[in-house]
Amino acid sequence: MSIISTKSGTLPKRFLRLRAIEPIYFILIAIVAAMVLSNPIYLDYGPMMQLLRRSSPLMVLAVGQLFVIVSGGFDLAVGSLITFLILICALLLNGNPELAYFAIALCVLVGLMSGAVNGLIVSFWKVPSIIATLGMLLILRGGGLYMSGGSARGNLPDTFRALGRDSVFGFPVSLIVVIVFGAVAWLILHRTSFGRQLYMVGSNPRAATLSGVNVAGIRIAAFMFSGLSAAIAATLLSGFSGVSTSAGDGYELQAISAAVLGGAVLLGGRGSVFPVIAGALALHALFTLLNIWGFPKPMRDVVQGLIIICAVAYSARRK
Amino acid sequence: MSLKRTFKCLPVAAFAVSMAMSALAEDADFFDQAEHDRQIAMLGATPIGDPAKPWLQSMTDNFRDTSKYKKNGAGTICFSNAGIFNPWQVVGYKTMREEIKLHSNIKEFIVTDGEGKDDKQIADIDDLLASKKCDVLLVTPNTTAALTPAVERACAQLPVIVFSRGVATECPVTFITPVGGYAFGAQAARFIIDALPEGGNVLALRIAPGVDVLETRWSAAERIFAAEPKIKLIGSEFTNDDRAIAKSIVEDYLQRFNKIDAVWMDAGATSVAAIEAFEDLGVDIPVFTGEDQQDFLAKWKEKNMTAIAPTYPTFQWRTAIIAATQILRGEKVPGPIWYLPQPTITADTLSKYTQATMPPQHYALCGCEGMAGYPEVWGGWK
Repeated sequence: MSIISTKSGTLPKRFLRLRAIEPIYFILIAIVAAMVLSNPIYLDYGPMMQLLRRSSPLMVLAVGQLFVIVSGGFDLAVGSLITFLILICALLLNGNPELAYFAIALCVLVGLMSGAVNGLIVSFWKVPSIIATLGMLLILRGGGLYMSGGSARGNLPDTFRALGRDSVFGFPVSLIVVIVFGAVAWLILHRTSFGRQLYMVGSNPRAATLSGVNVAGIRIAAFMFSGLSAAIAATLLSGFSGVSTSAGDGYELQAISAAVLGGAVLLGGRGSVFPVIAGALALHALFTLLNIWGFPKPMRDVVQGLIIICAVAYSARRK
Repeated sequence: MSLKRTFKCLPVAAFAVSMAMSALAEDADFFDQAEHDRQIAMLGATPIGDPAKPWLQSMTDNFRDTSKYKKNGAGTICFSNAGIFNPWQVVGYKTMREEIKLHSNIKEFIVTDGEGKDDKQIADIDDLLASKKCDVLLVTPNTTAALTPAVERACAQLPVIVFSRGVATECPVTFITPVGGYAFGAQAARFIIDALPEGGNVLALRIAPGVDVLETRWSAAERIFAAEPKIKLIGSEFTNDDRAIAKSIVEDYLQRFNKIDAVWMDAGATSVAAIEAFEDLGVDIPVFTGEDQQDFLAKWKEKNMTAIAPTYPTFQWRTAIIAATQILRGEKVPGPIWYLPQPTITADTLSKYTQATMPPQHYALCGCEGMAGYPEVWGGWK
């Protein structure tokens, strides 16, 4: 402690105040600036909205993941849950527009239930969340492929896809979903006693128990919130790009990356909503930037990995 | 700050890795001029056999004698499958199961699932051999080089049939394949060049590097594009067969180049997602190439697009079973390579192949329309 304080003592006051701002905002600004410098078209309204639209599923999912990470866990099941929900909806709807809202409600219900099961397993069977949700990942992946016969079946009607695909006056509907979801998540996390208890459970579950917090209930609720976010992400993603058996692949790791980039600490107790949304956006902006620069896919993976490690290392030093 | 230092060294690391990548790419040159020319010639040839049953046709007049394998009565067919991890394999495998029901000389059909892993499939083949139950062995190799020794071991014990992907040995009784990937890629590329005006921008979308059946498609197309001064290849990108990635790439290229005149694709699973990128931006859909998936054919028809769909027919899964029963009867079988026809869907034949009651990722060239379980088994409805 003393070493750190001496070190910070030598820094100018103004710089100290800058350090209080989450670094993800600087990273995001830097990436967007690089995008605009490489191709000024990204200053235009249309291309910017496109970027926001395609980032929407990840932004929602990362916020859900944040709740679980703050509570001290991981949710690896969300990627498979997304695929599962998309396959089920396609089977159920099969181009039938009248059932669209029923299907969205069903997604939400299944998402909440899947999260509740994860939470119950973690809380009462004492299975570490990384294993519990890994198991759920496999169950949902296998279950989805089994029910659909290994290949996508059925079509999604335009009414179902509108949330992820349509725009209102050039403003993507999916972005409205993100704003509403983000605002609700922010209120829950930062303005309710549930939110305060979630941070307590994450930073010190023993102390939380002793002070009368229902640790199991809080954890279950966090996983349910993550399941809900996967359900919303599934409707946005399938709206954007349609049905496939690999739709949600890799989304669990992207969501964790986005949350970590946004300053969430993996062992729990720290993180907030807006930096995590910025983290998700930064990841997508980074993919776009590397594409503008003509980096092939394997190189994009390498750079993405390096940047995530650097960002987390920087956050760790910053504490 | 550490971050700053890291950013400084990033370009160096990036450069080093990209050098290594390009060196790898040089090594993996999949182009074979003689084979390419042979495929192009074959594409225009007339196949031998009943045109109503393309899965029984052969592009060449060469046969192998199998009388030494003749079995009195019914036999057991074993199948080492590479795995079922994409819709092409799903459609093919369902067709295969239906074909088996048509043959009285198949006593038992034993399948192992390689789960897309070389080591698992090698072990599967060895287990099947050790069981001594098999009279004929079918193999869809997961990768060419890794499975070749296992197939050679099998050849020493029983008749082998390879299809879907190849092995580097001629020991199997026959290798069943459509005309080939060079013909596929070249046909799509030529179509684009004929359809485009001077100075057209072409974007190529590919699934992933390193798979022979896909690399041959691209290597043929790449050469045609490079040799044609009137068009400009603005990029070739990997979609990983992910619809969201495909759509995002197209959106980005539309921003960067303002105009895309044609999209060449090495496979059709993400064609519709790529088309939607143009729709959502309110831009005219350019010239497209795809494959025989129903969602692409339906979109093509609906939007009256300028498009072409070369195919890699799933009916070859029927052919494999038929060849196995021919071996059990000791009949001659086209070999050492059984070249099947490789029909191409054009504007003229589009209506014939569009099937509104089949699932979006159903392949039109399954050759399964006349089978007993059609269409329900393939996920369709009457």
